[in-house]
Amino acid sequence: MNIPSSITTLLLGIGLTLVSLWYGQNHGLMPVAASEGATHIDSLFNAMMTISTGLFIIVQGVIVYCAIKFRRKPGELGDGAAIEGNVPLEILWTAIPAAIVLWISIYSFEIYNEMGGFDPSADGMHAMHGMPAGKGSAMAATMDMGDVPKGSPRISALGVGASPANQGKAAAVNVNVLGLQYAWIFTYPEINITSGELHVPVGKEVQLNMNAQDVIHAVWIPQLRLKQDVIPGTETQLRFTTNKVGTYPLRCAELCGGYHGSMVTQMIVHTPEEYDTWIASQQQSAQAQAEIVKQTIAMNPANLSPAKYLAPYANEMGVKPEMVEHLHHQGMEMGGSIASVIK
Amino acid sequence: MTAELLIPNQTSEDDVVIHHRTWKDYFTFSTDHKVIGIQYFVTGFIFYIIGGLLAEGIRTELATPDADLVDPSTYNSMFTMHGTIMIFLWIVPAGTGAFANYLLPLMIGARDMAFPKLNAVAFWIIPPTGLLLILSFFLGPAQAGWTSYPPLSLLTGKVGEGIWIVTLLLLGTSSILGGINFFTTILKMRIPSMSMMQMPLFCWAMLATSMLMLIATPVLAGALILLSFDLIAGTAFFNPVGGGEPVVYQHMFWFYSHPAVYIMVLPFFGVISEVIPVHCRKPIFGYAAIAYSSMVISFLGLIVWAHHMFTSGTPPWLRMFFMITTMVIAVPTGIKIFGWLATMWGGKINLNTPMLFAMGFISTFVIGGITGVMLAAVPFDIHVHDTYFVVAHLHYVLFGGSVFGIYTGIYHWFPKVTGRHIDETWGKIHFVLTYVGFNVTFLPMHVLGLQGMPRRIAMYAPEFQGLNQVCTYGSYVLAISTVPFLVNAIYCAYKGKPAGSNPWNALTLDWQTTSPPEIENFEVLPVLKTGPYDYGDSEEEEKELTAV
Amino acid sequence: MQGSVSDQTQINIESASESHDSHGHHEHPDFRIFGLIVFLVAEGMIFLGLFIAYLAFRSMAPEWPPAGTPKLELMLPGINTVILLGSSLVIHQADTAIKKNDVKGLQLWFGLTALMGIIFLGGQLYEYSHLEFGLRTNLFASTFYVLTGFHGLHVTVGVLLILSVLWRSMKGEHYGTNNHFGVEAAEIYWHFVDVIWVILFILLYLL
Ligand code: HEM
Ligand SMILES: [Cu+2]
Ligand SMILES: [Cu+2]
Repeated sequence: MNIPSSITTLLLGIGLTLVSLWYGQNHGLMPVAASEGATHIDSLFNAMMTISTGLFIIVQGVIVYCAIKFRRKPGELGDGAAIEGNVPLEILWTAIPAAIVLWISIYSFEIYNEMGGFDPSADGMHAMHGMPAGKGSAMAATMDMGDVPKGSPRISALGVGASPANQGKAAAVNVNVLGLQYAWIFTYPEINITSGELHVPVGKEVQLNMNAQDVIHAVWIPQLRLKQDVIPGTETQLRFTTNKVGTYPLRCAELCGGYHGSMVTQMIVHTPEEYDTWIASQQQSAQAQAEIVKQTIAMNPANLSPAKYLAPYANEMGVKPEMVEHLHHQGMEMGGSIASVIK
Repeated sequence: MTAELLIPNQTSEDDVVIHHRTWKDYFTFSTDHKVIGIQYFVTGFIFYIIGGLLAEGIRTELATPDADLVDPSTYNSMFTMHGTIMIFLWIVPAGTGAFANYLLPLMIGARDMAFPKLNAVAFWIIPPTGLLLILSFFLGPAQAGWTSYPPLSLLTGKVGEGIWIVTLLLLGTSSILGGINFFTTILKMRIPSMSMMQMPLFCWAMLATSMLMLIATPVLAGALILLSFDLIAGTAFFNPVGGGEPVVYQHMFWFYSHPAVYIMVLPFFGVISEVIPVHCRKPIFGYAAIAYSSMVISFLGLIVWAHHMFTSGTPPWLRMFFMITTMVIAVPTGIKIFGWLATMWGGKINLNTPMLFAMGFISTFVIGGITGVMLAAVPFDIHVHDTYFVVAHLHYVLFGGSVFGIYTGIYHWFPKVTGRHIDETWGKIHFVLTYVGFNVTFLPMHVLGLQGMPRRIAMYAPEFQGLNQVCTYGSYVLAISTVPFLVNAIYCAYKGKPAGSNPWNALTLDWQTTSPPEIENFEVLPVLKTGPYDYGDSEEEEKELTAV
Repeated sequence: MQGSVSDQTQINIESASESHDSHGHHEHPDFRIFGLIVFLVAEGMIFLGLFIAYLAFRSMAPEWPPAGTPKLELMLPGINTVILLGSSLVIHQADTAIKKNDVKGLQLWFGLTALMGIIFLGGQLYEYSHLEFGLRTNLFASTFYVLTGFHGLHVTVGVLLILSVLWRSMKGEHYGTNNHFGVEAAEIYWHFVDVIWVILFILLYLL
C-alpha cells in the first residue's frame, strides 16, 4: 500500500468527476418535459446538478475525512499545525467558484433567451403603461380581454414571450386566462370558447394572456417548467410550444387564500385532430350555454345564492360544487365576471 | 501549547463562582448585557417551541392529501404564524439578541454594551410583542404568509393582519435599536490594544449584521406603514383596485427580507468561525478573507432582493441583473466554507458536541447554499419558485444554518455562561436526532417541489403523499430531539460538572474571565498579547512533543 | 507542556494599567452622538424607502399626478420651506451659544427654533385643510399625505425635543460648555428633519 498521494488524488478526482457526471444526467428528479423549452431548462438543471454533486461530495467528504483522520485520539497531546492561511489556495477557491457561477449565469442567460424571456414584446417596461382598461378596474380589463382583435399583436406584457425564432409573429393559439379565487377561466377569443381547462394543440405556439380578478395567483405548468404570477391590474403572459400529447396539471402557485391548494386544473395537449374535435364540441355546447346565461340573467342573480347561480358553470370550470358554496362572499363578483367573460 | 484539555483552575464545586444573579434578575429591566443575552435566548426558545408546535401541526395536516386536520384558512394562519415566529421571534432574537449581546462585550474586553439602557428597551419590546402576535391567533389571525403580499393580505384575516403589522413594526424597532448598539460597541468599545484585524471573527460577522439591521429594516417599516394605510384607511398604495401597485410592496418587502436572511445567518458564520479553531486546535484559515467576506456578503446582500420576484411582475433586464448579483454572493460564502474546512484539515479535532454541531452546520448549510445558487438561475427558478423546493432550501439555510449555529454556540459557551459542563453523551444524542430528523424532514421536500408540489397548500395531489409522510415522520423526530437538549441544558445549568473559567483553552477574551463572568466582565481590563486564534504547534514544539 | 497554556492565559489578562480601579462602576466615553447619527441613518432609510416607492408609483403610472388631481399651491409650502431652512441656521446659533456657556443665548435661539417649527406645522395643517383632494382621492394624494404627514410627525418630535431641552435649561446648571449632549442632539435631529423636507419638497412639489 504505497501509492503516491498524487496518484490517489488523481484517481479520486476522476472518480468524483464520473460520479458527478453520471448523477447530473440520471437524477430523475424532474417530471416529464412536454416542450422544447422544458428540455432546455432540464439541461441547465442537469449541468447545475453535476457541479452540485461534485461540490456536495467534496464538502461532505472533507468533513467526514477530517472527523476520522484528524480526530483527537484519547490521551493525545499537542495542537494542529500553526497554519494561518495560504494565499494561492485562497485565490484558487475564490476564482474557481467565481468562474463557475459566471458560467452558470451565462448559460442561464442563453437558456432564458431561448425560452423567449427577452422577447421585446414581453418587456414589462412598456406593459406597465399599456393596460387598456387602466388600473383600478380588473373587471373592466377582464371584459376587454374578450374583444382583442384577431391576429393583431397584443399589447406587451410581463412574462415569457416568444422564442427568438418566433419573435414578431403572433402565436397560433391565443388564450386569455383569468385567475380568481379559486379557479381558472380560459377564454379563446378567436373561436369564442370559454373553458375551465386549458386545451392546446401539440406543436403549435400558444400564448396565454393572463390577468387576475381578486388577488395575485400564478400559473404553473410543471411539465413545461413555466410559471408566471397573474397579477390583478397588470397583464402578464406566457408563450410556449408543447411537443408531447398528454394531460398535465396546471396549478396556482401563489398563495391566494384558503383554497389555494385546490386551485388546480388541467392542461390537455391534443393532437391537431383531437383539438379540432374539441373545438367543435365546445362550440356546440356554447349555444346551449348562451341559453342558460340568458335565463340566469333574466332571473336576476341577486336573488339566488351564489351556489345556485354558479351551478351551471361549475362543472366546466373545474370548480367543485362544495367550493362554489364556500365562495359565498365572493360569489357576486365572481358571478358578474363569469357572465361578462361568457357574454 | 498543549492539547490536553486541562482545566487550569476553578475545578471544584466551591470554585464555581457564586452566581451573581438570582432568577429574579431575569425578570427585571436589567442593563447587564449578559442578563439581556440570556433573556433574549430564553424568550426566543419559548417562541421556538411555539413555532415548532405549529410546524408539527402543519406537518400532521400534510400527512394526508386532504385538508382534514384543520380548516384550510386555519392552515394558512398556521404557516403564517410559524414563519413569522421562527424568523422574528426566534432566529433574529437568538442570533443578534442572545449571542451578540452576551459575547460582544466579552470578546472585545468591554464592560458592557455602548448603550445598556437602549439594550434593555430593545429586549423588553419583544415579549409583549410576541404575546400580542400569539393573541392574534385567537382574534382571526393573518393568513397571507410571512411575506404578507397584498392584495391577499388586505382581504383575509384583517384583524390579525393589523396586529401582524404592528408586531413587525415593533420587532423591527427592537432590531434597529439592537443594531445601533452592536455597531457602536464594536467600533468604539474595543480595548485599546485590539485593532480591527485582531477582533474575533464573530465581531466582524456582527459588524456586518448590524449594518444590515440598520439599513434594511427601516425599509420594511416603510412598506408596513403603507400597507397599514391600505388596510385601515382604505388607501390604495398596493391595491390594484384603486390604482395601486402590489409589486412595489414586494420590492420593499424583499429589500428588507433578503438582507434579513443574512441577519439571521451571519452571526452564526461568526459562531462557527469561533468554535472550529478552538476545537480543532488550529488557527482559523485565512482570517482576513473570512473577515472581509462578511462585509462583502452584507453589501451584496443589499442588491439581490428581486431574486424572490423572478416570476412576479419583473422585467427581463431586472431578472438578469439580480441573477448575476445573487450568483456572486456564492463566492464570499464559499470562501468561508473552504476556510472552515481548511481549518479542520490537519487539526487535532476534539469531536465534542459543539464541534459536531459545527460540522453539521457546514454539512447542511452547504446544501442550502447549493440550492441557493440553483434558485438564482432564472430559468430554473421559474420552475421551482413558490414550491416545496424553496421550502427545502430555506430550511436548509435557516434550520441547517441558523438553528445548527445556535446549538453550536450553546454547547460551546454553555460552560462560560453557567460555569458548568453540559453532558456530552446527551449532547451527542441530541446532535444525532437533530441531524437525522432534519434531513429526513427536509431532503424529500426538494423532490416534491421539482415534481410539482407548490408551497403553502393544505391539500395536495395524492401522488405526493409518500414523500410527504416521510417529511412528517422526520418532523416528529425533530420535535423529539428538542427534549434531550432541554432536559440536559436545564439539569446541567445547576448540577453539571464545574467547568472552570476556560475549559477549552480558548484564546479569545471571553474565555479570559471567570465563568460565569462577573458583573462587569473583567476584574482588570485585559491587554492583548496574542491574536484570537494563535493555536497550533510550531515546528520546534512539534519535535519537542514527539520527544515526550 | 501543560504549563504553557496557563502562561498564555495569564499573559492575556495581564492588567491594563495599575492605576485602574477594578471595582465599582466603570464609565466609558460618551458615544451618544455617534449613536444618534447611526439612528438617523436608519431613520433616513425609512424615508429613502418611501421616496423610492413614490418614484416607483410615479414611473409606473400612465400619467402623474393622475388626471384630475388639482394642482398644488406653491406659495405656502414655499414659505414653509424658507422658515424651516432658516430655523436650521437659528438652531445652530444655540449650539455656538452653549459652547460659550451662554445659557440665555441657548434659550433664546431654541425658543425661536421651536416657534419656527410650530409655524411650519401650522402652515402644513392650513395647507391640508385647503387642499381639494383627500387621503383616498388617488395614488398621488395618498403618497402626498403619507409622506408629508410622516415628515410632520418628525417635525413634531423635533419641536418636543427642543422644548424639553428648553425646559431643562431652565433648571439651573443643566447645560454648559462641556455638557450639552441634549442641545447637540436636538440640533442634529433638527437638521436631519430639514434635509428630509428639502428632498420631499423637490419630489412632491417641484418634480
Ligand atoms: C421542526 C422544524 C420545522 C418544521 C417541521 C417546519 C416545517 C415547515 C413547513 C412544512 C413549511 C411550509 C408551509 C407551507 O408552505 O405550507 C414551513 C414554512 C416555513 N418555515 Fe418551517 N419548519 C420547521 C422549522 C423552521 C425554522 C427553525 C425556521 C427558521 C427560521 C422556519 C422558517 C420557516 C419559514 C420562514 C417558512 C415560510 C412560511 C411561509 O410560507 O410564510 N421553519 N415550515
Ligand atoms: Cu390562486
Ligand atoms: Cu433572498
